[in-house]
Amino acid sequence: MIRARTERRRIFSNAMFALCAACAGVIVALLLAVSGYLVWIGAGSINAAFFTQIPTGDLNDPGGMRHAIEGTIILLGLASVVGIPLGVSAGVYLSEYQHEWLFAGPLRFIADVLTGVPSIVVGILGYELVVVPVAKMTSNSVSFSGYAGAAALAFIMIPIVARTTEEMLRLVPKSYREGSLALGASKAQTVLRVVLPTAFGSISTGVVLALARVAGETAPLLFTALGSRLLTRNPSEPFPSLTLQIYTYATGPYPEQKKLAWAGILVLLAMLFLVNIAIRLVATRHASTRLGKA
Amino acid sequence: MTATMTQLRPDIALRAPAPAARGASAVTYPIIDAIKRGETPEPRVHASVIDETPILHVRDFQLWYGPSKALHGISMPIAKDKVTALIGPSGCGKSTLLRSVNRLNDLIEGVHIAGAIELNGESVYAKGVDVIGLRRRLGMVFQKPNPFPMSIFENVVYSLRISGERNKSVLSAACEKALRQAALWDEVKDRLKSSAMGLSGGQQQRLCIARAIVSEPEVLLLDEPCSALDPIATLRIEELIHEISERYTVLIVTHNMQQAARVSDYTAFMYLGRLVEYGRTADLFQIPQLRETEDYVTGRFG
Ligand SMILES: Nc1ncnc2c1ncn2[C@@H]1O[C@H](COP(=O)(O)OP(=O)(O)OP(=O)(O)O)[C@@H](O)[C@H]1O
Ligand SMILES: [Mg+2]
Repeated sequence: MIRARTERRRIFSNAMFALCAACAGVIVALLLAVSGYLVWIGAGSINAAFFTQIPTGDLNDPGGMRHAIEGTIILLGLASVVGIPLGVSAGVYLSEYQHEWLFAGPLRFIADVLTGVPSIVVGILGYELVVVPVAKMTSNSVSFSGYAGAAALAFIMIPIVARTTEEMLRLVPKSYREGSLALGASKAQTVLRVVLPTAFGSISTGVVLALARVAGETAPLLFTALGSRLLTRNPSEPFPSLTLQIYTYATGPYPEQKKLAWAGILVLLAMLFLVNIAIRLVATRHASTRLGKA
Repeated sequence: MTATMTQLRPDIALRAPAPAARGASAVTYPIIDAIKRGETPEPRVHASVIDETPILHVRDFQLWYGPSKALHGISMPIAKDKVTALIGPSGCGKSTLLRSVNRLNDLIEGVHIAGAIELNGESVYAKGVDVIGLRRRLGMVFQKPNPFPMSIFENVVYSLRISGERNKSVLSAACEKALRQAALWDEVKDRLKSSAMGLSGGQQQRLCIARAIVSEPEVLLLDEPCSALDPIATLRIEELIHEISERYTVLIVTHNMQQAARVSDYTAFMYLGRLVEYGRTADLFQIPQLRETEDYVTGRFG
């Protein structure tokens, strides 16, 4: 009786393991197939010119994507400068100051709703709230700009960063906070010296995920940064980005430009991959000096 | 273990529990019964306690967690430069009382209080009291060692850093002094820069003690500081408490009767948020005035 039951359990357990392994296998295979395909068709167009040249206008020799790569980096930088501090502070407020002044409940709800807003809506908001008013103020007909694009990206980042920060701060043991307060630290000192540094690794991972998310956005930039074929570092002008350039080339009719689009996708993914690895290294180094054994 | 016990307090030897046969069914505990009915009987406070110079004075202190009352009019002076132990069954309010002294209960929502606690004659709960300044005058060590995830050095000097001390040599000197007092210096002097999380549980707890005494607090509050430690580590901490009690007033919560007997000068027995009996440790353990106390410290009830 008992033996039969153990046997049934063993078979069931093995079957479940096989099922999970199969599902994982399918996902990994899909991922490998997609990346392989990307490399297969994109890698051919990646050469020195891709990184050093800007669009030539010549349909048979369309140049490179230097302007778009730089544009994306600048846009992400600008969005981070605004989005990370605001997002992290909002997360700190949600987690640490939730009983003070303004209750955190409504704020958290707003953050959750904002996280779910489709990015095209953010683009249109950016157009109506930044591009059009700026055009009116400067009496230009249009005022698409890198700043407007960065604002739209920051707008997407803030709620994501805020919510991850909040979650990560909640994981910091209460005993750290009590220990610090019992030693006569103020709440601000406790947050800055103990709570935030403890969660630094996981918060930075969350920030990179948010960056990765907005780095791949096209819709919010369509109505704000607009895109450009020029190498510009002036964010008050229409501004290039990898995603916008990929969108333009991929939806166009010219085969050479389509090839560049594929290469652009590959480069974008490689960039995210590198940033991800870099932050992981920093975070584990940080964790091992702070938390590590001996 | 026994050797050290007598070394620490040669005057106290615990009596073994009397045979259970001693009229087990006939025993009644009028004071415990009164407390269970919700009354607050007058506590038995020995004259020896009153004779001491108090550094802390708890006066008719009451505390509620929301609607439920956890402390019912506790009144007790705490003797300066002595070790006072709080004992009593789980949930009787020992931690609550300890955390009321440095106002750590302020952090819990729904807590309100009545009565007073005085530190050197100044009311801790008076309007306009600088709570942060108050906490800097009191050191606290918790049940579970809670070193911060930073270096050993930074842990020890934390309270100096937050009060604005920047001078490297001042910090180093204070760090060494506190670690020596906490009997940890020899074990960690070569690895001050490495993470405190790599220390053993007992070392972590001694680090927490060093961290608590680095700013030379007036009173050291210890909430079951040994309950997460093995017997050897416990012994070291007890010796340490004994040593630092020459310089500091210590208020310690413990579940371990032997520990209370070993380390403390005075012992207060609490039950369901009331003070029951309070006197010199030797008296409380050997000639308690109440049957309740006698049976609790010998492990026959509680
Ligand atoms: N944060 C809280 N919220 C509500 N009630 C609480 C809280 N903390 C403690 N209590 C209640 O107050 C009473 C006293 O608790 P306290 O922790 O002070 O007891 P204790 O004597 O320290 O017990 P132990 O020996 O188990 O640590 C208990 O009934 C407990 O349930
Ligand atoms: Mg307790």
